[in-house]
Amino acid sequence: MSSDIYAALSPEEWSILALSLKVSLVAVAAILPACFCIAWMLARWRFPGKLLVDALVHLPLVLPPVVTGWLLLLLFGMNGPIGRWLSDVFGITLLFRWTGAALAAAIMAVPLMVRAIRLSIEAIDTRLESAAATLGASRLRIFFTISLPLALPGVLAAIILGFARSLGEFGATITFVSDVPGETRTLPIAIYAAMQMPDGEAMVTRFAILSTMLSLGALMLSEIMVRRIAHGGRHVI
Amino acid sequence: MGVAMSFDIDVSRTVGGRRIALTVRTDRPLVALVGPSGVGKTSILDMVAGIIRPDRGHIAVDGQTLFDSDAKIDMPPAERHAGYVFQDRRLFPHMRVRANLLYGRRTGISVDMDDVLDFLGIGHLLHRWPRNLSGGEAQRVAIGRALLSGPRFLLLDEPLSSLDRHRKSDILDAIDQIRMRAPILYVTHDIGEAERLSAMIVTMAGDD
Repeated sequence: MSSDIYAALSPEEWSILALSLKVSLVAVAAILPACFCIAWMLARWRFPGKLLVDALVHLPLVLPPVVTGWLLLLLFGMNGPIGRWLSDVFGITLLFRWTGAALAAAIMAVPLMVRAIRLSIEAIDTRLESAAATLGASRLRIFFTISLPLALPGVLAAIILGFARSLGEFGATITFVSDVPGETRTLPIAIYAAMQMPDGEAMVTRFAILSTMLSLGALMLSEIMVRRIAHGGRHVI
Repeated sequence: MGVAMSFDIDVSRTVGGRRIALTVRTDRPLVALVGPSGVGKTSILDMVAGIIRPDRGHIAVDGQTLFDSDAKIDMPPAERHAGYVFQDRRLFPHMRVRANLLYGRRTGISVDMDDVLDFLGIGHLLHRWPRNLSGGEAQRVAIGRALLSGPRFLLLDEPLSSLDRHRKSDILDAIDQIRMRAPILYVTHDIGEAERLSAMIVTMAGDD
């Protein structure tokens, strides 16, 4: 059995890995702009209900993932308001599809991503922005030439953290889109499925090692980014 | 020199129970604000630059109104074309010196880049990062950045701090030249500097 653990991944296992990467990449890419806007609002704006928005953003972090999945089912299911609208207008169904898995992964990644971006926005020295304004720069130019580049390490950290979180997403995904081999069977779901099989132990071990390595690498990479914020972003001469 | 006042400022602003106020009306091209630290000299420069808003009053430089609470005029900082040299310099840390210098460059500005690089002695720094500059070098780059933006007037906040004596003298000479082209509002705690520039000296004092 021990040789099975070190065996190269089978074509089926490769496709599971590829699906996981696809779901995570799409999830992060799709949710990133929204996360940036929310992070900007929370870091820079004062508005009524800010506390509520902050709490809502963090909700997926503390809510049982099954509940998040069930809420997605209510909203995006066949009879859900958004689900029906998507189906009627665009002919899109998220249920039992990899796109649904990406949506679940994206929602679960929101708290981590918003937090990382928000910290980097808060670390921007606003005096640099006012200096740019006195030099004749418009708000848009200040955003793209000063604020965004200085927030970039946080955005990169958010992408990596969000990606790692998406790769590990299980509870909301299996509740929302179930376990459809080749469509929604991502790494964690495949591990869970393999655990139910009498001869699945080697596959579980290989996937577990793979998941651990991916997560560890992502965390270390994001830590490096966060350190760059601490040492670079606030540096004013 | 025309009839236009170089500086016509009458502003006040209360922050945390402390009142910062200044009244100056002059046609002299160089005005020095002197006074102890914490009296609000920098806040006055920020108001003229449009970074902070006075509670009331008006600001006109070289005949152009930048702020007038009665007439509800509050020109955005980007349109005021102040050449502001901040005390903490505020060079952009993610841009090299060259990009910092050119940040405020607009079309139709007659300021010659080589000229500015020359008299500030910063031509050899163009490819450096701000974090690798000495205090004096960073200060000169900050002055260069302000000059190259083709300012209508200059706001200099302790521009000679962290410069050695030799360089101070050079910069004072440079300021002497610049005032022919644009009015200067100059903040310093050193009255000797102001006298050397034969500036109009306005002393700010706390009102507590």
